[in-house]
Amino acid sequence: MRVNGAERSGDVEPRVLLVDFLRTNLALTGTHVGCDTTSCGACTVLLDGEPVKSCTLLAVQVDGREIKTVEGLANGAALAPIQVGFHEEHGLQCGFCTPGMMLVASALLERNPNPTDDEIRWAISGNICRCTGYMNIVKAVQYAAKMHSEAAKAPAAAAVAGGGE
Amino acid sequence: MFPAAFDYQSPATLDEALGLLAERGDDAKVMAGGQSLIPLLKLRFAQPQLIVDIGRIPGMTEIKRDDGHVKIGALARHVDIERSKELAKLLPVMVEAVRWISDPLVRNRGTLVGSVCHADPSGDWGSIMLALDAELVARSAKGERVIPIDGFFEGPFTTTLRSDEIATEIRIPLPTGRAGGSYHKLERRVGDFATVAVSLQIELDGNKVKKAGIGLTSVGATNIKAKKAEQALVGHELKDDVIAESAKLAAEAAEPKDDIRGTAAYKKDVVRVFVQRGLKAALGRAQEVKA
Repeated sequence: MRVNGAERSGDVEPRVLLVDFLRTNLALTGTHVGCDTTSCGACTVLLDGEPVKSCTLLAVQVDGREIKTVEGLANGAALAPIQVGFHEEHGLQCGFCTPGMMLVASALLERNPNPTDDEIRWAISGNICRCTGYMNIVKAVQYAAKMHSEAAKAPAAAAVAGGGE
Repeated sequence: MFPAAFDYQSPATLDEALGLLAERGDDAKVMAGGQSLIPLLKLRFAQPQLIVDIGRIPGMTEIKRDDGHVKIGALARHVDIERSKELAKLLPVMVEAVRWISDPLVRNRGTLVGSVCHADPSGDWGSIMLALDAELVARSAKGERVIPIDGFFEGPFTTTLRSDEIATEIRIPLPTGRAGGSYHKLERRVGDFATVAVSLQIELDGNKVKKAGIGLTSVGATNIKAKKAEQALVGHELKDDVIAESAKLAAEAAEPKDDIRGTAAYKKDVVRVFVQRGLKAALGRAQEVKA
Protein backbone atom coordinates (compact mmCIF):
# COMPACT_ATOMS: atom_id res chain seq x y z
CA MET A 1 0.00 0.00 0.00
CA ARG A 2 1.04 3.62 -0.33
CA VAL A 3 1.19 5.40 3.00
CA ASN A 4 1.70 9.17 2.97
CA GLY A 5 3.00 8.93 -0.56
CA ALA A 6 5.56 6.17 0.03
CA GLU A 7 5.24 2.52 -0.93
CA ARG A 8 5.09 0.41 2.24
CA SER A 9 4.67 -3.32 2.63
CA GLY A 10 4.70 -6.01 5.25
CA ASP A 11 3.64 -9.61 5.77
CA VAL A 12 0.71 -9.78 8.16
CA GLU A 13 -1.89 -12.25 9.26
CA PRO A 14 -5.31 -11.52 7.75
CA ARG A 15 -6.66 -10.63 11.20
CA VAL A 16 -4.29 -7.70 11.68
CA LEU A 17 -6.21 -4.44 11.73
CA LEU A 18 -5.03 -1.50 9.67
CA VAL A 19 -4.49 0.62 12.79
CA ASP A 20 -2.16 -2.01 14.23
CA PHE A 21 -0.27 -2.35 10.97
CA LEU A 22 0.28 1.41 10.88
CA ARG A 23 1.30 1.71 14.52
CA THR A 24 3.27 -1.52 15.01
CA ASN A 25 4.70 -2.40 11.61
CA LEU A 26 5.21 1.11 10.26
CA ALA A 27 5.74 2.91 13.62
CA LEU A 28 3.22 5.59 12.59
CA THR A 29 1.85 6.14 16.08
CA GLY A 30 0.02 9.37 15.27
CA THR A 31 -3.00 7.20 14.45
CA HIS A 32 -4.51 6.51 17.86
CA VAL A 33 -6.50 3.62 19.28
CA GLY A 34 -9.36 5.03 21.29
CA CYS A 35 -12.47 2.95 21.80
CA ASP A 36 -11.42 0.08 19.48
CA THR A 37 -15.15 -0.43 18.81
CA THR A 38 -15.86 1.80 15.77
CA SER A 39 -17.28 4.59 17.90
CA CYS A 40 -14.74 7.32 18.61
CA GLY A 41 -12.79 8.11 15.43
CA ALA A 42 -9.37 8.46 17.11
CA CYS A 43 -8.03 5.93 14.56
CA THR A 44 -9.28 7.88 11.52
CA VAL A 45 -7.11 7.71 8.41
CA LEU A 46 -7.84 8.65 4.81
CA LEU A 47 -8.36 5.71 2.45
CA ASP A 48 -8.10 6.94 -1.13
CA GLY A 49 -8.92 10.39 0.27
CA GLU A 50 -11.96 9.39 2.32
CA PRO A 51 -11.95 9.23 6.13
CA VAL A 52 -12.42 5.75 7.58
CA LYS A 53 -11.90 4.07 10.94
CA SER A 54 -8.68 2.07 10.75
CA CYS A 55 -9.72 -0.09 13.72
CA THR A 56 -12.51 -1.44 11.52
CA LEU A 57 -10.48 -2.36 8.48
CA LEU A 58 -8.15 -5.28 7.98
CA ALA A 59 -4.70 -4.31 6.75
CA VAL A 60 -5.12 -6.84 3.90
CA GLN A 61 -8.24 -5.02 2.69
CA VAL A 62 -6.22 -1.96 1.73
CA ASP A 63 -3.55 -3.88 -0.17
CA GLY A 64 -2.55 -1.67 -3.10
CA ARG A 65 -4.50 1.37 -1.95
CA GLU A 66 -3.61 4.85 -0.77
CA ILE A 67 -3.53 5.71 2.95
CA LYS A 68 -2.90 9.07 4.53
CA THR A 69 -2.23 9.43 8.25
CA VAL A 70 -1.66 12.52 10.37
CA GLU A 71 2.06 12.18 9.69
CA GLY A 72 1.31 12.90 6.04
CA LEU A 73 -0.37 16.26 6.62
CA ALA A 74 2.65 18.54 7.00
CA ASN A 75 5.06 19.17 4.15
CA GLY A 76 8.40 18.90 5.88
CA ALA A 77 8.54 21.66 8.47
CA ALA A 78 5.62 23.52 6.90
CA LEU A 79 2.37 22.73 8.67
CA ALA A 80 -0.75 22.09 6.63
CA PRO A 81 -3.45 24.76 6.93
CA ILE A 82 -5.58 22.45 9.08
CA GLN A 83 -2.68 22.06 11.52
CA VAL A 84 -2.14 25.83 11.63
CA GLY A 85 -5.87 26.21 12.29
CA PHE A 86 -5.77 23.83 15.26
CA HIS A 87 -2.70 25.67 16.59
CA GLU A 88 -4.12 29.17 16.16
CA GLU A 89 -7.64 28.46 17.40
CA HIS A 90 -6.61 26.18 20.26
CA GLY A 91 -8.46 23.29 18.60
CA LEU A 92 -7.05 20.74 21.01
CA GLN A 93 -6.57 20.19 24.68
CA CYS A 94 -5.32 16.65 25.36
CA GLY A 95 -4.76 16.04 21.65
CA PHE A 96 -5.95 12.44 21.53
CA CYS A 97 -8.73 13.00 19.01
CA THR A 98 -6.76 15.61 17.06
CA PRO A 99 -5.19 13.44 14.33
CA GLY A 100 -8.62 12.06 13.42
CA MET A 101 -10.28 15.45 13.61
CA MET A 102 -7.67 17.00 11.32
CA LEU A 103 -7.89 14.20 8.75
CA VAL A 104 -11.70 14.34 8.65
CA ALA A 105 -11.50 18.11 8.32
CA SER A 106 -8.91 17.99 5.54
CA ALA A 107 -11.09 15.54 3.59
CA LEU A 108 -14.09 17.84 4.13
CA LEU A 109 -12.17 20.87 2.83
CA GLU A 110 -11.14 18.91 -0.27
CA ARG A 111 -14.80 18.28 -1.09
CA ASN A 112 -16.19 21.52 0.26
CA PRO A 113 -13.69 24.40 0.54
CA ASN A 114 -16.17 26.74 2.25
CA PRO A 115 -18.15 24.67 4.75
CA THR A 116 -20.71 26.12 7.12
CA ASP A 117 -20.36 25.44 10.85
CA ASP A 118 -23.18 22.90 10.49
CA GLU A 119 -21.37 21.09 7.69
CA ILE A 120 -18.22 20.93 9.80
CA ARG A 121 -20.14 19.55 12.79
CA TRP A 122 -21.78 17.02 10.50
CA ALA A 123 -18.41 15.94 9.08
CA ILE A 124 -16.84 15.43 12.53
CA SER A 125 -19.90 13.69 13.96
CA GLY A 126 -18.07 10.33 13.90
CA ASN A 127 -15.16 11.73 15.93
CA ILE A 128 -15.45 12.18 19.66
CA CYS A 129 -13.54 14.83 21.63
CA ARG A 130 -13.65 14.10 25.34
CA CYS A 131 -12.23 17.50 26.28
CA THR A 132 -15.38 18.89 24.61
CA GLY A 133 -13.40 21.27 22.50
CA TYR A 134 -15.88 21.18 19.66
CA MET A 135 -16.33 24.96 19.55
CA ASN A 136 -12.64 25.51 18.95
CA ILE A 137 -12.36 22.54 16.60
CA VAL A 138 -15.03 24.11 14.38
CA LYS A 139 -13.16 27.43 14.54
CA ALA A 140 -9.92 25.66 13.63
CA VAL A 141 -11.51 24.14 10.53
CA GLN A 142 -12.92 27.55 9.54
CA TYR A 143 -9.44 29.02 10.01
CA ALA A 144 -7.99 26.42 7.64
CA ALA A 145 -10.78 27.03 5.12
CA LYS A 146 -9.96 30.73 5.17
CA MET A 147 -6.25 30.00 4.71
CA HIS A 148 -7.07 27.81 1.72
CA SER A 149 -9.22 30.47 0.09
CA GLU A 150 -6.66 33.22 0.71
CA ALA A 151 -3.90 31.00 -0.65
CA ALA A 152 -6.03 30.37 -3.74
CA LYS A 153 -6.38 34.13 -4.27
CA ALA A 154 -2.64 34.83 -3.91
CA PRO A 155 -0.75 31.59 -4.46
CA ALA A 156 2.69 33.20 -4.44
CA ALA A 157 2.12 34.75 -1.02
CA ALA A 158 0.86 31.55 0.60
CA ALA A 159 2.56 31.13 3.94
CA VAL A 160 2.29 27.36 4.08
CA ALA A 161 2.32 24.45 1.72
CA GLY A 162 -0.85 22.62 0.86
CA GLY A 163 -0.91 19.53 2.98
CA GLY A 164 2.10 17.57 1.75
CA GLU A 165 0.40 16.15 -1.33
CA MET B 1 -8.60 -6.32 20.16
CA PHE B 2 -7.74 -8.96 17.61
CA PRO B 3 -10.15 -11.28 15.86
CA ALA B 4 -9.51 -15.01 16.13
CA ALA B 5 -7.38 -16.23 13.25
CA PHE B 6 -9.10 -16.86 9.93
CA ASP B 7 -8.24 -17.54 6.29
CA TYR B 8 -8.82 -14.61 3.99
CA GLN B 9 -9.72 -14.72 0.33
CA SER B 10 -10.31 -11.71 -1.85
CA PRO B 11 -11.69 -13.13 -5.10
CA ALA B 12 -11.48 -11.05 -8.26
CA THR B 13 -14.74 -12.35 -9.72
CA LEU B 14 -18.18 -13.28 -8.46
CA ASP B 15 -17.83 -16.80 -9.87
CA GLU B 16 -14.63 -17.29 -7.93
CA ALA B 17 -16.37 -16.12 -4.76
CA LEU B 18 -19.33 -18.43 -5.36
CA GLY B 19 -16.92 -21.31 -5.93
CA LEU B 20 -15.31 -20.66 -2.54
CA LEU B 21 -18.73 -20.63 -0.87
CA ALA B 22 -19.86 -23.79 -2.67
CA GLU B 23 -16.85 -25.52 -1.13
CA ARG B 24 -16.54 -23.89 2.29
CA GLY B 25 -19.76 -21.88 2.76
CA ASP B 26 -20.61 -23.41 6.13
CA ASP B 27 -17.35 -22.15 7.65
CA ALA B 28 -17.26 -18.83 5.81
CA LYS B 29 -18.54 -15.29 6.18
CA VAL B 30 -18.94 -12.93 3.26
CA MET B 31 -17.59 -9.43 3.88
CA ALA B 32 -18.47 -6.29 1.91
CA GLY B 33 -17.62 -3.09 3.85
CA GLY B 34 -16.97 -4.99 7.08
CA GLN B 35 -18.43 -2.29 9.33
CA SER B 36 -20.63 -4.77 11.20
CA LEU B 37 -18.59 -7.93 10.65
CA ILE B 38 -15.19 -6.65 11.80
CA PRO B 39 -16.55 -5.44 15.18
CA LEU B 40 -18.17 -8.88 15.62
CA LEU B 41 -14.88 -10.60 14.78
CA LYS B 42 -12.98 -8.39 17.23
CA LEU B 43 -15.43 -9.17 20.02
CA ARG B 44 -15.24 -12.81 18.92
CA PHE B 45 -19.00 -13.04 18.67
CA ALA B 46 -18.25 -14.44 15.23
CA GLN B 47 -15.32 -16.77 14.53
CA PRO B 48 -15.57 -17.91 10.92
CA GLN B 49 -12.72 -19.97 9.51
CA LEU B 50 -12.82 -18.12 6.22
CA ILE B 51 -13.57 -14.53 5.27
CA VAL B 52 -14.57 -14.05 1.64
CA ASP B 53 -13.95 -10.36 0.97
CA ILE B 54 -16.11 -9.42 -2.03
CA GLY B 55 -14.82 -5.83 -1.94
CA ARG B 56 -12.65 -6.21 -5.04
CA ILE B 57 -15.27 -7.78 -7.30
CA PRO B 58 -16.02 -5.29 -10.07
CA GLY B 59 -19.48 -4.19 -11.18
CA MET B 60 -21.39 -4.30 -7.91
CA THR B 61 -21.26 -0.65 -6.80
CA GLU B 62 -24.05 0.60 -9.02
CA ILE B 63 -27.27 2.35 -8.13
CA LYS B 64 -29.42 2.28 -11.25
CA ARG B 65 -32.98 2.58 -12.41
CA ASP B 66 -34.16 -0.34 -14.43
CA ASP B 67 -37.53 -1.82 -15.33
CA GLY B 68 -39.71 -0.28 -12.61
CA HIS B 69 -37.07 -0.79 -9.94
CA VAL B 70 -34.04 0.85 -8.46
CA LYS B 71 -31.27 -1.72 -8.28
CA ILE B 72 -28.56 -1.26 -5.68
CA GLY B 73 -25.45 -3.40 -5.98
CA ALA B 74 -23.89 -5.29 -3.10
CA LEU B 75 -20.96 -2.88 -2.89
CA ALA B 76 -22.93 0.39 -3.03
CA ARG B 77 -22.00 2.13 0.22
CA HIS B 78 -24.19 4.20 2.50
CA VAL B 79 -22.32 7.30 1.31
CA ASP B 80 -23.10 6.43 -2.31
CA ILE B 81 -26.79 6.42 -1.40
CA GLU B 82 -26.37 9.69 0.52
CA ARG B 83 -24.91 11.33 -2.61
CA SER B 84 -27.16 9.67 -5.20
CA LYS B 85 -29.07 12.26 -7.22
CA GLU B 86 -31.16 9.46 -8.72
CA LEU B 87 -32.34 8.24 -5.31
CA ALA B 88 -32.95 11.79 -4.09
CA LYS B 89 -35.44 12.04 -6.96
CA LEU B 90 -36.93 8.53 -6.98
CA LEU B 91 -36.86 7.41 -3.32
CA PRO B 92 -35.99 10.44 -1.19
CA VAL B 93 -36.82 8.54 1.99
CA MET B 94 -33.63 6.51 1.50
CA VAL B 95 -31.48 9.63 1.31
CA GLU B 96 -33.20 11.03 4.40
CA ALA B 97 -32.76 7.78 6.31
CA VAL B 98 -29.14 7.10 5.40
CA ARG B 99 -28.00 10.15 7.34
CA TRP B 100 -29.26 8.44 10.50
CA ILE B 101 -27.04 5.41 9.95
CA SER B 102 -23.98 5.35 12.18
CA ASP B 103 -21.59 8.20 11.34
CA PRO B 104 -19.92 9.63 8.22
CA LEU B 105 -16.80 7.46 8.53
CA VAL B 106 -18.71 4.21 8.82
CA ARG B 107 -20.92 5.33 5.92
CA ASN B 108 -17.77 5.64 3.80
CA ARG B 109 -17.27 1.85 4.12
CA GLY B 110 -20.53 0.12 5.02
CA THR B 111 -23.02 -1.09 2.42
CA LEU B 112 -26.81 -1.31 2.20
CA VAL B 113 -26.85 -4.95 1.10
CA GLY B 114 -24.29 -5.90 3.74
CA SER B 115 -26.39 -4.27 6.47
CA VAL B 116 -29.52 -6.07 5.35
CA CYS B 117 -27.74 -9.44 5.28
CA HIS B 118 -26.22 -8.75 8.70
CA ALA B 119 -29.86 -8.69 9.89
CA ASP B 120 -29.31 -6.78 13.11
CA PRO B 121 -32.79 -6.10 14.51
CA SER B 122 -31.44 -2.65 15.43
CA GLY B 123 -30.31 -2.03 11.86
CA ASP B 124 -32.00 0.80 10.01
CA TRP B 125 -31.97 -0.51 6.46
CA GLY B 126 -34.00 -3.62 7.25
CA SER B 127 -37.04 -1.58 8.28
CA ILE B 128 -36.69 0.75 5.35
CA MET B 129 -36.49 -2.19 2.93
CA LEU B 130 -39.57 -3.74 4.60
CA ALA B 131 -41.51 -0.49 4.17
CA LEU B 132 -40.43 -0.26 0.52
CA ASP B 133 -41.13 -3.96 -0.27
CA ALA B 134 -37.63 -4.61 -1.57
CA GLU B 135 -36.31 -7.88 -2.99
CA LEU B 136 -32.85 -9.39 -2.70
CA VAL B 137 -31.10 -11.10 -5.55
CA ALA B 138 -29.10 -14.08 -4.26
CA ARG B 139 -26.53 -15.88 -6.40
CA SER B 140 -24.91 -19.23 -5.82
CA ALA B 141 -22.88 -21.55 -8.03
CA LYS B 142 -26.21 -23.24 -8.81
CA GLY B 143 -27.97 -20.12 -10.04
CA GLU B 144 -29.94 -17.09 -8.98
CA ARG B 145 -33.08 -16.56 -6.92
CA VAL B 146 -35.04 -13.51 -5.88
CA ILE B 147 -36.01 -13.28 -2.21
CA PRO B 148 -38.76 -10.90 -1.03
CA ILE B 149 -37.60 -8.95 2.00
CA ASP B 150 -40.79 -9.91 3.88
CA GLY B 151 -39.78 -13.23 5.40
CA PHE B 152 -36.04 -12.76 4.78
CA PHE B 153 -35.30 -12.02 8.44
CA GLU B 154 -35.61 -15.19 10.53
CA GLY B 155 -34.22 -13.94 13.82
CA PRO B 156 -31.45 -11.76 15.21
CA PHE B 157 -28.55 -11.89 12.71
CA THR B 158 -30.27 -14.76 10.89
CA THR B 159 -31.76 -14.72 7.39
CA THR B 160 -32.94 -17.18 4.76
CA LEU B 161 -29.77 -16.57 2.74
CA ARG B 162 -27.99 -19.93 2.32
CA SER B 163 -24.35 -20.41 3.19
CA ASP B 164 -23.41 -20.91 -0.48
CA GLU B 165 -25.16 -17.69 -1.58
CA ILE B 166 -24.11 -14.07 -1.98
CA ALA B 167 -26.70 -11.30 -2.07
CA THR B 168 -25.56 -9.40 -5.14
CA GLU B 169 -28.25 -6.75 -5.35
CA ILE B 170 -31.34 -5.22 -3.75
CA ARG B 171 -34.25 -4.26 -5.98
CA ILE B 172 -36.70 -1.65 -4.77
CA PRO B 173 -39.94 -1.19 -6.71
CA LEU B 174 -40.43 2.39 -7.83
CA PRO B 175 -43.58 4.04 -6.53
CA THR B 176 -46.22 4.71 -9.12
CA GLY B 177 -48.00 8.03 -8.88
CA ARG B 178 -47.76 10.25 -5.84
CA ALA B 179 -45.71 8.75 -3.06
CA GLY B 180 -43.88 9.89 0.03
CA GLY B 181 -41.97 8.42 2.89
CA SER B 182 -40.20 9.32 6.08
CA TYR B 183 -37.82 7.80 8.62
CA HIS B 184 -37.94 8.65 12.30
CA LYS B 185 -35.23 7.53 14.67
CA LEU B 186 -34.65 8.07 18.36
CA GLU B 187 -30.99 7.68 19.30
CA ARG B 188 -29.03 8.73 22.36
CA ARG B 189 -26.12 10.16 20.39
CA VAL B 190 -24.86 10.29 16.82
CA GLY B 191 -23.93 6.84 15.60
CA ASP B 192 -25.84 4.93 18.25
CA PHE B 193 -28.24 2.15 17.42
CA ALA B 194 -31.87 3.19 17.48
CA THR B 195 -33.80 3.16 20.72
CA VAL B 196 -36.72 2.96 18.32
CA ALA B 197 -37.00 3.84 14.65
CA VAL B 198 -39.89 3.70 12.22
CA SER B 199 -39.87 3.72 8.43
CA LEU B 200 -42.96 4.76 6.47
CA GLN B 201 -43.88 4.87 2.82
CA ILE B 202 -47.26 5.60 1.25
CA GLU B 203 -48.57 5.79 -2.30
CA LEU B 204 -51.74 7.73 -3.03
CA ASP B 205 -54.54 7.18 -5.51
CA GLY B 206 -56.41 10.47 -5.46
CA ASN B 207 -56.71 11.25 -1.77
CA LYS B 208 -56.74 7.63 -0.71
CA VAL B 209 -53.85 5.39 0.20
CA LYS B 210 -53.15 2.81 -2.50
CA LYS B 211 -50.17 1.18 -0.84
CA ALA B 212 -48.53 1.58 2.56
CA GLY B 213 -45.31 0.30 4.10
CA ILE B 214 -44.37 0.44 7.79
CA GLY B 215 -41.11 -1.01 9.10
CA LEU B 216 -39.99 -1.02 12.75
CA THR B 217 -36.41 -0.95 14.07
CA SER B 218 -35.08 -2.11 17.47
CA VAL B 219 -38.40 -3.37 18.79
CA GLY B 220 -38.18 -7.12 18.26
CA ALA B 221 -36.02 -10.08 17.32
CA THR B 222 -35.93 -8.82 13.73
CA ASN B 223 -36.90 -5.69 11.87
CA ILE B 224 -40.69 -5.90 11.80
CA LYS B 225 -43.15 -5.22 9.01
CA ALA B 226 -46.28 -3.86 10.71
CA LYS B 227 -48.75 -5.45 8.31
CA LYS B 228 -51.99 -4.79 10.19
CA ALA B 229 -51.00 -1.15 10.57
CA GLU B 230 -50.29 -0.99 6.83
CA GLN B 231 -53.63 -2.61 5.94
CA ALA B 232 -55.50 -0.17 8.15
CA LEU B 233 -54.40 2.61 5.80
CA VAL B 234 -55.14 1.09 2.40
CA GLY B 235 -58.26 2.47 0.74
CA HIS B 236 -58.58 5.31 3.26
CA GLU B 237 -57.87 8.99 3.33
CA LEU B 238 -55.18 9.78 5.89
CA LYS B 239 -57.48 11.49 8.37
CA ASP B 240 -56.53 11.74 12.05
CA ASP B 241 -58.63 8.73 13.14
CA VAL B 242 -57.15 6.50 10.41
CA ILE B 243 -53.63 7.58 11.34
CA ALA B 244 -54.32 7.01 15.05
CA GLU B 245 -55.66 3.50 14.40
CA SER B 246 -52.66 2.55 12.26
CA ALA B 247 -50.27 3.95 14.88
CA LYS B 248 -51.99 1.89 17.57
CA LEU B 249 -51.71 -1.29 15.47
CA ALA B 250 -48.02 -0.60 14.77
CA ALA B 251 -47.36 -0.24 18.51
CA GLU B 252 -49.12 -3.58 19.04
CA ALA B 253 -46.90 -5.21 16.41
CA ALA B 254 -43.78 -4.05 18.27
CA GLU B 255 -42.22 -6.53 20.70
CA PRO B 256 -39.58 -4.46 22.47
CA LYS B 257 -37.71 -5.41 25.64
CA ASP B 258 -36.69 -3.31 28.62
CA ASP B 259 -33.04 -2.31 28.33
CA ILE B 260 -30.69 0.60 29.02
CA ARG B 261 -32.29 2.58 26.22
CA GLY B 262 -35.78 2.46 27.72
CA THR B 263 -38.64 0.32 28.94
CA ALA B 264 -40.76 -1.80 26.63
CA ALA B 265 -43.83 0.33 27.33
CA TYR B 266 -41.95 3.51 26.50
CA LYS B 267 -40.64 2.06 23.22
CA LYS B 268 -44.11 0.94 22.16
CA ASP B 269 -45.35 4.46 22.75
CA VAL B 270 -42.48 5.88 20.70
CA VAL B 271 -43.56 3.57 17.85
CA ARG B 272 -47.10 4.94 18.12
CA VAL B 273 -45.95 8.57 18.11
CA PHE B 274 -43.44 8.04 15.28
CA VAL B 275 -46.03 6.33 13.08
CA GLN B 276 -48.38 9.27 13.61
CA ARG B 277 -45.71 11.85 12.87
CA GLY B 278 -44.26 9.80 10.05
CA LEU B 279 -47.56 9.29 8.25
CA LYS B 280 -48.31 13.01 8.38
CA ALA B 281 -44.83 13.78 7.02
CA ALA B 282 -45.17 11.11 4.31
CA LEU B 283 -48.60 12.44 3.34
CA GLY B 284 -47.27 15.98 3.07
CA ARG B 285 -44.47 14.81 0.81
CA ALA B 286 -46.77 12.67 -1.34
CA GLN B 287 -49.09 15.64 -1.82
CA GLU B 288 -46.18 17.75 -3.02
CA VAL B 289 -45.44 15.29 -5.82
CA LYS B 290 -46.99 16.40 -9.08
CA ALA B 291 -49.33 13.70 -10.34
